[in-house]
Amino acid sequence: MLTIANLIKKFQQPGGGELTVLDVPRFEIANGEQVALIGESGGGKTTLLHLIAGMLAATSGSIRIDNIELTRLSEQGRDRFRAATIGYVFQTFNLLPAFSALENVKLGMSFGNGRVDHARAMDLLDRVGLADRANYRPKQLSVGQQQRVAIARSLAGRPKLLLADEPTANVDPASADLVLNLIIDSCRDESIALLMVTHSMEVAGRFERIDRLEDINHIPALKQV
Amino acid sequence: MNLLFIAWRNFRYRALSSFLTTLSLMLGVGLVVLVMAIYGIVSEAFVRNAAVGYNLVVGPRGSALQLTLNSVYYLSQPIENLPYTEFMEFFPAEERARMVREYGGDPALGERDGVYAGFVAGGYAIPLALGDYFGEFRVVGTTPDFFEKLRHGPEVDQPFTFQDGRALKTFTPENQYFECVLGSRVAAQTGLGVGDTMNPTHGDPEGKGHGQGFQIVGVMSPTGTPNDRAVFVNLEGFYLLEGHAKPIEDDAIIVPPERDPDDPRPPLLMIPEREVTSILVRNGNVMFAPGMQNRINESGRAQAAAPIGEINKLMSMIVGPLLSALLVITLITCVVAAFGVLVAIYNSMNDRRRDIAVMRALGARRGSVTWVILFESLIIAIIGGAAGWLLAHIAIYGAGTFIEQQTGVQVGLFSVSQFEWLLLPFVILLSLLAGIVPAMAAYRTDVGSNLSA
Repeated sequence: MLTIANLIKKFQQPGGGELTVLDVPRFEIANGEQVALIGESGGGKTTLLHLIAGMLAATSGSIRIDNIELTRLSEQGRDRFRAATIGYVFQTFNLLPAFSALENVKLGMSFGNGRVDHARAMDLLDRVGLADRANYRPKQLSVGQQQRVAIARSLAGRPKLLLADEPTANVDPASADLVLNLIIDSCRDESIALLMVTHSMEVAGRFERIDRLEDINHIPALKQV
Repeated sequence: MNLLFIAWRNFRYRALSSFLTTLSLMLGVGLVVLVMAIYGIVSEAFVRNAAVGYNLVVGPRGSALQLTLNSVYYLSQPIENLPYTEFMEFFPAEERARMVREYGGDPALGERDGVYAGFVAGGYAIPLALGDYFGEFRVVGTTPDFFEKLRHGPEVDQPFTFQDGRALKTFTPENQYFECVLGSRVAAQTGLGVGDTMNPTHGDPEGKGHGQGFQIVGVMSPTGTPNDRAVFVNLEGFYLLEGHAKPIEDDAIIVPPERDPDDPRPPLLMIPEREVTSILVRNGNVMFAPGMQNRINESGRAQAAAPIGEINKLMSMIVGPLLSALLVITLITCVVAAFGVLVAIYNSMNDRRRDIAVMRALGARRGSVTWVILFESLIIAIIGGAAGWLLAHIAIYGAGTFIEQQTGVQVGLFSVSQFEWLLLPFVILLSLLAGIVPAMAAYRTDVGSNLSA
């Protein structure tokens, strides 16, 4: 599903020069596989997810997803690819406040093939236990409920790869368990490959495969200066 | 979920800001529509009022515009008069001889054709005597020909009609020479009607009363012309008012009128005692009008003016530029309102960057988020523009009766003035231009740096 080879990401520094934050010689995820990637803060976890999602362009190397070489796509091509292939769950949910829960889920379908499936959106809300909150605005929902809507949104476009960036970091322990179960179970049910970055060993412990960022990234977090 | 819907949701989410921005645009558009409507109404009223059936106004030498304003619009300061003999120049010998016999004067006047009679052939010349007032309204001395021969309306084919009574007559046993007709506005404003008496004052609205009243025999139907705000009195009665007879010169040759001793009618003023303020002339063949106009102007005694030409000059020199300036100012208001759209959306961009980044993370292209912002501008433009247009038309429609009374111009709810149809596209274009700056900010929004982890 996902194959990364010799991936390097550098950022221009304000004072001139470049800062290398990622150097990943090899990283792979198989179809439907669920992987927890743990690492310290500032280790480049989010940058790696942004690169895999095509929201950032790699400096060099290869990112191949579902047999598509992402680094050869234009920005517009990466946008299209992301909309059709990748789901993303953020640490801070990032629901759009102007839209209801149902509309937020539908937004997850709007930028792919453009077809909005109302029944699927309702089904996803039902699956995360929020069908009766479909018309609620984000600010009318609890933090845990907002993250569940965000999960439903990430699944709306029938992605092949779900990227989850510390999805339980901002929710209470009871909700965290529910959120984690939802993500893991949904990906299993729909055969979606899952890459979840976390700094929590407790969360990572729920995964069969656990990778440490420092094992795959040759740029240690403390040396990114 | 299409981009327009997303823009609509954003518009509604920022309800207060959207409302205020839309309101400012609505007021701008409403003002422009109102000014355009006023422009159209004023232009139409001027042209309409000048289209009264006659093609020339003849009066004393001086300002042609003042002559037109006096004789057609019953406005401006009163002007000097012409001797009655000037009026007689528009008639053939036999008619001139009848006048001499009836009023008394120099018999030689009836021995030749008037110098302009050949030009008029088949048309008419109607005398007006101005100078008196009834309250704020001008009193117009004229003959029954005024009501029989003049026409009004868009096609200048409608005769004057009366909502009550009839046109005045030269003489009736009951009222003798003292009959008058009220314009519709005069009747409405004074409350007077048929059977009442109108007492004119001399010289100005606050002038001395003549003591002699005129019996009101008719109230005209509204015409939408200045005639609605005039009082028409019988010219012979007007002459008989105190102070209206011109002193007879010592060397004047006067043969008294031929009168039947049993004639109950009081004697009229003789020709040397008579004056007219102006003469409304229609040529039987309008091709003769320029020749006659030149002839009159070269005579040195009088001037002839084409009312429509004078009014067009007034429009193009004074009224038109004033209205154009007003229009430009209101268009600037629209531009300022559109600038408000820019400021309102741009100010909200800080709040939106995260939303835009989220949409981009969900797969929205840069072009898509740019269009969302432009669509929001479009929504403000369409709602503000349409509401402003509608509001202005409702206001114009609400004032329709007043406008018709004042100008004769009828306005419907959806009477559209010239170029008004360009306004909404103009506002949309303006708003889209205003939306470009925030839209470009949306285009440039960086996903990574604007997304919280």
